[in-house]
Amino acid sequence: MTGRPAAVRHDITLRVNGAPHTISVEPRRLLSDALRHDCGLTGTHVGCEHGVCGACTVLVDGSPARSCLMLAVASEDVEITTVEGLAGADDSLSPVQQAFSDCHGLQCGFCTPGFLTTITAGLRDNPDPTREEAQEMIAGNLCRCTGYQNIVAAVLRAAELRDGRP
Amino acid sequence: MKPAPFAYHRPGTVAEAVRLLAADPDAKVLAGGQSLVPLLSMRLATPSALVDLGGIPGLDAVRVDADGVRVGALARHARVLADDDAAACQPLLRLALGHVAHPTIRNRGTTVGSVVHADPAAEMPVVLRLLGGSVDVEGPAGRRTIGAADLFVGPLETSLHHDEVATSAFFPALPSGGGVAFEEIARRHGDYAMAGVAVVVRREGEQVVDVRAGFVSISDTPVVVDLTDAVARGADPGDAALASLEPTADVHATADYRAHLVRVLTRRVVGAALDDAASRSLTR
Ligand SMILES: Cc1cc2nc3c(=O)[nH]c(=O)nc-3n(C[C@H](O)[C@H](O)[C@H](O)COP(=O)(O)OP(=O)(O)OC[C@H]3O[C@@H](n4cnc5c(N)ncnc54)[C@H](O)[C@@H]3O)c2cc1C
Ligand code: FES
Ligand code: FES
Repeated sequence: MTGRPAAVRHDITLRVNGAPHTISVEPRRLLSDALRHDCGLTGTHVGCEHGVCGACTVLVDGSPARSCLMLAVASEDVEITTVEGLAGADDSLSPVQQAFSDCHGLQCGFCTPGFLTTITAGLRDNPDPTREEAQEMIAGNLCRCTGYQNIVAAVLRAAELRDGRP
Repeated sequence: MKPAPFAYHRPGTVAEAVRLLAADPDAKVLAGGQSLVPLLSMRLATPSALVDLGGIPGLDAVRVDADGVRVGALARHARVLADDDAAACQPLLRLALGHVAHPTIRNRGTTVGSVVHADPAAEMPVVLRLLGGSVDVEGPAGRRTIGAADLFVGPLETSLHHDEVATSAFFPALPSGGGVAFEEIARRHGDYAMAGVAVVVRREGEQVVDVRAGFVSISDTPVVVDLTDAVARGADPGDAALASLEPTADVHATADYRAHLVRVLTRRVVGAALDDAASRSLTR
């Protein structure tokens, strides 16, 4: 052992939802905790903290990533989007958010931020998924409440809304 | 569950990363973090410092030529999976990568990181071993190439020295007459497999001249069994494979159940690989 380093802090700037957040963190600060505690963006939820549940999923340069498996100090070079960044500028719900509301895609809502970010990116890559593809899209996220059926319905509904279909 | 304190370095070159590692025996490399960060959070790993490869330019390349696919240390699973040239050169890469975790994990985790993490339940160490690939590493003494047969020492243990950085992994191309197949059984799609089988075969005309199978989650290190003679004799490939394997037990599956999975999967995957070779030679 070369001795535990004193808790050196790093001054870093995270770019979250288009805005810079300059914060001071220890290297061990997980990105999920930095978003919640240092940036005050508590929409990102923390469940398992080891990559399994998906509640903490954010978009990193547009692609879903577990924020509990990233270090804040290592996240200065990327563009981060949290659930707070999904709504329109006028606070209007995004198609995925509207579809979750329409289809009752949530109950307690704990898992929802991770689903919303994952599905937002998923529909960008595959705008017209089949039911099977919709199930595949959400297979990495856990929900203890809904039984997933309404979430799958919300994926399909969001695809319609994005497309301007009634 | 929060990591213990550590220092953080973000070198701009591999040489600088090696220097930092050599100066601190408790420092560890950080690549995609998809295995290391959970270990930190659970405090199963408590390094004094992390040396993040993320700031080193050029390490994320995937290069394909007639000999095979060279995957740089920072190439994410998702990037390798999406590479059509890589899939055409060595189709086993795409087949196996589709079973590595979920897409969200694949967006960050690196293929080289997965190889050198050497988890007995991981797909890519077995693929590298089965294909006879290698890993290029850089350390204080310079560069060297470690063949897959010499790389895997034990569970989560490789022959890399503490102060060596793996800069790329090389997966040889599928030769003409070749075929591949991969299948695994996991409790849920995206989970680590309870058992997985990768097979490569090669035909010369109507004759099958090579059949080899690699096994995921069956033993402490990736193991390859040569089934060429068994297949030539018309013996059951599953039984033949089991004769050389001793499946281990853990909380996910008993040894007997794993043996059953090996028997069923090997039979199935050898058949699929032979079909694959036949259909490739038709379309060639
Ligand atoms: C929920 C979940 C499910 C998963 N399921 C699977 C699965 O089904 N199959 C599977 O194979 N994997 C799975 N993984 C692991 C994933 O594939 C990781 O990406 C991979 O194992 C490690 O790659 P990494 O880049 O994230 O490495 P890191 O986590 O950064 O590092 C892992 C280890 O390798 C070392 N290391 C990494 N890169 C180098 C290098 N270039 N040189 C020297 N040392 C290095 C590190 O020091 C560390 O010890 C899963 C992960 C999670 C969180
Ligand atoms: S909190 Fe990150 S995946 Fe569960
Ligand atoms: S709505 Fe409660 S966990 Fe999904």
